[in-house]
Amino acid sequence: MTDSGTYVYAVARDAGHARPADLAGVAGTPVHAITHGGLVAYVSTVPLEQFGEEPLRRSLEDLDWVGEMARAHHRVVEAVAERVPTAPVRLATVYSSEEQVRDLLDRWHDDFTEVLSHVSGRREWGVKAYVDPTAAASAPAPAANGGGEGAAETARPGTAYLKRRQASLRNREQRWRQATARAERIHADLSAVAVASRLHRPQDPQLSGRDEWMVLNGAYLVDEGRGEEFAAALDALRGQDVDLELTGPWAPYSFIALEFDRADLEVSGDA
Amino acid sequence: MTHETPRGSALAAEGRLPAERVALVDLLDRLLAGGVVVSGDLVLSIADIDLVRISLRALIMSVREESDAPDQGGRYAPTWK
Repeated sequence: MTDSGTYVYAVARDAGHARPADLAGVAGTPVHAITHGGLVAYVSTVPLEQFGEEPLRRSLEDLDWVGEMARAHHRVVEAVAERVPTAPVRLATVYSSEEQVRDLLDRWHDDFTEVLSHVSGRREWGVKAYVDPTAAASAPAPAANGGGEGAAETARPGTAYLKRRQASLRNREQRWRQATARAERIHADLSAVAVASRLHRPQDPQLSGRDEWMVLNGAYLVDEGRGEEFAAALDALRGQDVDLELTGPWAPYSFIALEFDRADLEVSGDA
Repeated sequence: MTHETPRGSALAAEGRLPAERVALVDLLDRLLAGGVVVSGDLVLSIADIDLVRISLRALIMSVREESDAPDQGGRYAPTWK
């Protein structure tokens, strides 16, 4: 067994200036380029004592560790994407050798070329929409109870509690329905200006740092020439009932839908 | 911290945020749900997104109970025109 692996960050068109200068990748390893057939893969050599399957599985439980790896991965992707159309590779993809990476570029050359043509001249923008669940929706507040019913409440406090609780849940459900309907309109309007769109799962409040409902976590691939139009569409959607947050531009992470299974193609089948 | 861009016109201002200023959670959305995925014997590590998500979820759950927002239902694939 070898004690190092090849971590892959991104695949891009080989534009003749493949080597990123002094770029540090995950775990501080230097990044280098593997060129093959008009494509280039950006990789670094990583120790398997950290990036082998078992150590990696353990490390992925550590958010600080994941954060460091993610930022290092992102730095490399950004440096490449600034210059050429780029297909980022999923976080923590490690090959057993550089030869395997060349093989990847070889086998999937046409797929990479096609996906790179789709993202060329386009940028990904992120838009998140937050709604405050406690803000007054158009749902009316529960009416005050009359005297007779009040007496009944005193007699059966459990029933009154259940009624209040049901009313509260109904209001909450209504607010949620209104908020998601709003989010769908926002998504539709932004998608109209984009060449492709995608929903990410709403973020956990512990990670987003916000307690409001995240009703939209969208990604939009926009032609570079239509950035202003996208901005105008976003501004037109802002309002008191919703807080819209823009991030980007990003490398086209959300729009590289390429999934390869090496095992399917191995002549020898599984080991 | 999450960076906020109050005006959409900030789109006009070119220049990405330095990697250190991008919110980690926004980055993880993309790094764990996007990108080229390779699986199979010769790839040593985690190509399976669910595994990673489960790991992170376990971590988050240990800090705080899950979000009480109702489930939106899942359809998270890119849509092209």
